[in-house]
Amino acid sequence: MKKEKKKKRKKLVRYNTPFEKICTLPSLAGILTFYIVPFFAVIYYAAVDNPISKKFVGIMNFKNLFTNDAFITASKNTVVLALITVPPAVVFSMFLAMLMESKIPGKSVFRSIFLSPVMVPAASVVLVWQVLFHYNGTLNSIFAKLFSLDPVDWLKSEYCLVVIAVLFLWKNLGYNMILFLSALSGMPKDLLEVADLEGAGRLYKFFAIKLRYLSPTIIFVTILSMINSFKLFREVYLLTGDHPFNRLYLLQHYMNNTFKSLDYQKLSSAAIVMMVIMSVIIGALIFFDDRFGGDIEE
Amino acid sequence: MKNVSKEEQIKRDLKRAKKRHSAKKRRDAIITMLLTIFALISAAAFIMPTVLTAVNSFMSKTEINADYGAVFSSIMPGSRTYISKTINLKFIPDKVSFDQYKTVLFLSPDYIFKFWNSMILTVPVVLFQTAVALLASYGFARMKGKFKNAVFLVYVFLMLMPYQVTMVPNYLVTDKLGLLNTRWAVILPGIFSPFAVFLLTKVMKRVPSAFYEAAMLDGANELSVFLHVYLPVCRSAIFSVMMLIFIDYWNMVEQPLILLSDSALHPLSVFLSRINSEETGIAFAVAVIYMIPALLMFLYGEDYLVEGITYSGGVKG
Repeated sequence: MKKEKKKKRKKLVRYNTPFEKICTLPSLAGILTFYIVPFFAVIYYAAVDNPISKKFVGIMNFKNLFTNDAFITASKNTVVLALITVPPAVVFSMFLAMLMESKIPGKSVFRSIFLSPVMVPAASVVLVWQVLFHYNGTLNSIFAKLFSLDPVDWLKSEYCLVVIAVLFLWKNLGYNMILFLSALSGMPKDLLEVADLEGAGRLYKFFAIKLRYLSPTIIFVTILSMINSFKLFREVYLLTGDHPFNRLYLLQHYMNNTFKSLDYQKLSSAAIVMMVIMSVIIGALIFFDDRFGGDIEE
Repeated sequence: MKNVSKEEQIKRDLKRAKKRHSAKKRRDAIITMLLTIFALISAAAFIMPTVLTAVNSFMSKTEINADYGAVFSSIMPGSRTYISKTINLKFIPDKVSFDQYKTVLFLSPDYIFKFWNSMILTVPVVLFQTAVALLASYGFARMKGKFKNAVFLVYVFLMLMPYQVTMVPNYLVTDKLGLLNTRWAVILPGIFSPFAVFLLTKVMKRVPSAFYEAAMLDGANELSVFLHVYLPVCRSAIFSVMMLIFIDYWNMVEQPLILLSDSALHPLSVFLSRINSEETGIAFAVAVIYMIPALLMFLYGEDYLVEGITYSGGVKG
């Protein structure tokens, strides 16, 4: 009996057909050409002194990078921006998803409105942001009228971080909300019903059941928001051009300037450093997910 | 005597329960009302920038210059001129005019060229990234084995890397191939971006293998299984992926700045940020024209967008 079963299973093993392999070829060729192979060139450039004399210098390029003020400032700013933007992006979007699950009327309209900034190009609304956040702009005049506050130079002071965070939330909350909504709809209803019958309160239901089921989504939204926070260069560039306020000088600005000077050593070593750091962060989050979210997934 | 008290007891219990119930109902109603008010306020905040851009595009050039001219002239690099006047966003134009649109569409071909640049950079990426990814994801979804898993992991890894990392290899190759400062420098790496492969593989894995086996039993070859079984089943997912790619590339800023040094090739997104004081009069109309393709897609394909976002959830295939 057991033997028979084994035999049967052996028969079911299926080899990958040539057609399936051929299908992946165009994509593989492209990935190799544009991402993987040149990446070896990146490693090579990071290890030599310059593209002409090609002398091997070990980790000197990295040492130079870490003593480069521009790189340090850019990294610090990028990290600070991620730290400021990611937690509210996760929390607020979860809240919006809960709002969509409550009994309010006109939910589909609200959903569309919250989702619409995902589709609106950043460059299109930048004019409105500029008028809104200008020193003599709308926001300052509203604050002055309502609370008689002194005007703040939103884009050229420490407050610029707040402005960018607002732009980020405006753009990304809808997308994250949809992710949370789909996680919420996949939650077993009977569990919540039992909790209701047992007389569990709103807060208990939220912390003991929902949050637990949402944890894989929370991890994913965190990763996604982090990656999106690296794209904030777009907004910063559109709002402030090539030369932003010091706190908004991001890694992308650094890379752009290094491209202009064609300094392959700096570029390559910076790319490698960023890659390593991102891998560590993403790896840690996925590990976290496996460790603590594993018992929930099927 | 005993009977009466029991009845009364029940009545009293019932009354109390009803009271408690109606109190709970009232509390729920209040909470719902508060949530609705909150939703209304946040919805207003979410839609305001888009609406304001649209409304302002119907002001005449002179009105725009009078209202906002100061803002845009002081944004120019190097100048930190502060103006004494406060500048407020206007919700309603003094006089509705199509002045801006007339200028943009008929009198200044520059903007039409930039719009065309955006199109010619975005459309090929959307179409070919989807095509390449459809084939690859069929392969990845059907194949098994450790080697395939390892390769797929490389795709996931590449997808999660920020552009600041991947642009360096992209740049080196396009430079070697002599494509720098041509549209191909943006289009080619875009076509082979791993994003669509990752998403569509997830979708195709959900197609039951019984479909495949049934078709094969009926004598279909693999190509026709792919074309006539997998593609139709995944149709809506394909639309959603195309939408997601479109938004990403329609919005691009980083790629043209690095790969296209000739600003004549730049898309409208980059150009809009360079608008200076002389052009503010028509900037809002340009912004609206730039929004239209994306907004039309949203109006007609919101459900696809939602579906696509849902598929993108989760790093693991």
